[in-house]
Amino acid sequence: MSGAYSTGLFSHFSYFVTVFLMIAGLFIVIARGNLVKKLVGLSIFQTSVYLLYIAPGKVVGGTAPIVSDAFSVYSNPLPHVLILTAIVVGVATLALGLALAVRIREAYGSIEENEILELDAADGAQDAA
Amino acid sequence: MAGAVVVLARSRNLFAVVVLAGVYSFLMATVLVALDAVDVAMTEASVGAGISTVLFLGALYLCKSEEAKPVHKPWLPLALSIAVAVTLVYGTLGLPGFSNIESPIHQHVVPRYLTEGVKETGVPNIVTAVLASYRGYDTLGETTVVFTAGAGVVALLRRRRRERKP
Amino acid sequence: MRSDLILRVVAKLLIPFILLFALYVQFHGDFGPGGGFQAGVIAAAAVIFYALIFGLADARRMVPEPLVESMMALGVLTYGSVGLAGLLLGGNYLDYFVLAHDTVHGQERGIFWVEVGVAITVSGVMLKIFYMFADRGKVDDE
Repeated sequence: MSGAYSTGLFSHFSYFVTVFLMIAGLFIVIARGNLVKKLVGLSIFQTSVYLLYIAPGKVVGGTAPIVSDAFSVYSNPLPHVLILTAIVVGVATLALGLALAVRIREAYGSIEENEILELDAADGAQDAA
Repeated sequence: MAGAVVVLARSRNLFAVVVLAGVYSFLMATVLVALDAVDVAMTEASVGAGISTVLFLGALYLCKSEEAKPVHKPWLPLALSIAVAVTLVYGTLGLPGFSNIESPIHQHVVPRYLTEGVKETGVPNIVTAVLASYRGYDTLGETTVVFTAGAGVVALLRRRRRERKP
Repeated sequence: MRSDLILRVVAKLLIPFILLFALYVQFHGDFGPGGGFQAGVIAAAAVIFYALIFGLADARRMVPEPLVESMMALGVLTYGSVGLAGLLLGGNYLDYFVLAHDTVHGQERGIFWVEVGVAITVSGVMLKIFYMFADRGKVDDE
């Protein structure tokens, strides 16, 4: 039943998708200067991690892990539990990150990384002088 | 999903970025349903495409800007990302293949949860049973994290008394 | 004006169903997908929807700030006190099987209250965060 999926390159397809999404999220975080966009990249990274955990738990021919008399094969419920927690924690950190971005915007007038660094350096030079 | 992410990375209009992130969350929720993770899909759809989008739009409304044109060409981050990607792909080749029943993830604790879960907790939804009963401490910690995030946002965004309109 | 009217009518029709769905997801989390987190988020989404259509002041009247703030803490306290109840009735912290006359009923009761606590906290926090973001914008505009 699962033999056809476990051999060859296709068996690791879900991992390739996961790595692609992870790298896309990582790229957005390190290559873009806008704080809000960085947070979007971070949440893309987080969703790719959910995929990383849940894909190996799937059993082909199984069903959702809700026990009932009509089914006998279930997909693995353990990653679901971990990822449920991860999703909620992710949105909690996102909310905090956005609140920080809003405060930074009010304090510096911009949410672009290089502008903020310039303003900081200018402030530092002023304080030193 | 890959298309949504690529367009998102290149787009500079932040509103479009947020909408695309919502689309991406919905697509992810669909993929999760295909992977039999129905609880997770429901949570990802409501939290990722619902609450996240609302929060992003709220923050955008407060920040009111568009992304500035990038100053340098992102060659170094791109090279770095590709290097990390290659390393990760090399790492994942050692992981068990898709839907491999003999992989360790399906042994040890899970057969017990699936067979004994209903008998011990009386709850057919194994995910809820594990979340609330077998791994109840984790859920307590998670609830505390959510509460802490709320308290943190209140602390960050609270207006001082004298600025409040009567 | 016309589009505003359509939104208001549709919202008035939808919001009770969204709240009902949130309650359904909460209490049927044992038998189908769902549970505390999803229910909390959906309930918060219903109130946020109300605030978006009818204005923040109206939403604040329906769900006042002190209520939301106390909901945030109340959920975590409910969860913790279920654990304490387990402790007081003779088991370890967060043991459910001591909560009722028989093991399975104890588990069911414990799971029920724990999920209720989670839903209250999650909906309170999500709503409070929305209120904070919306509030900030209003004062900034002046």
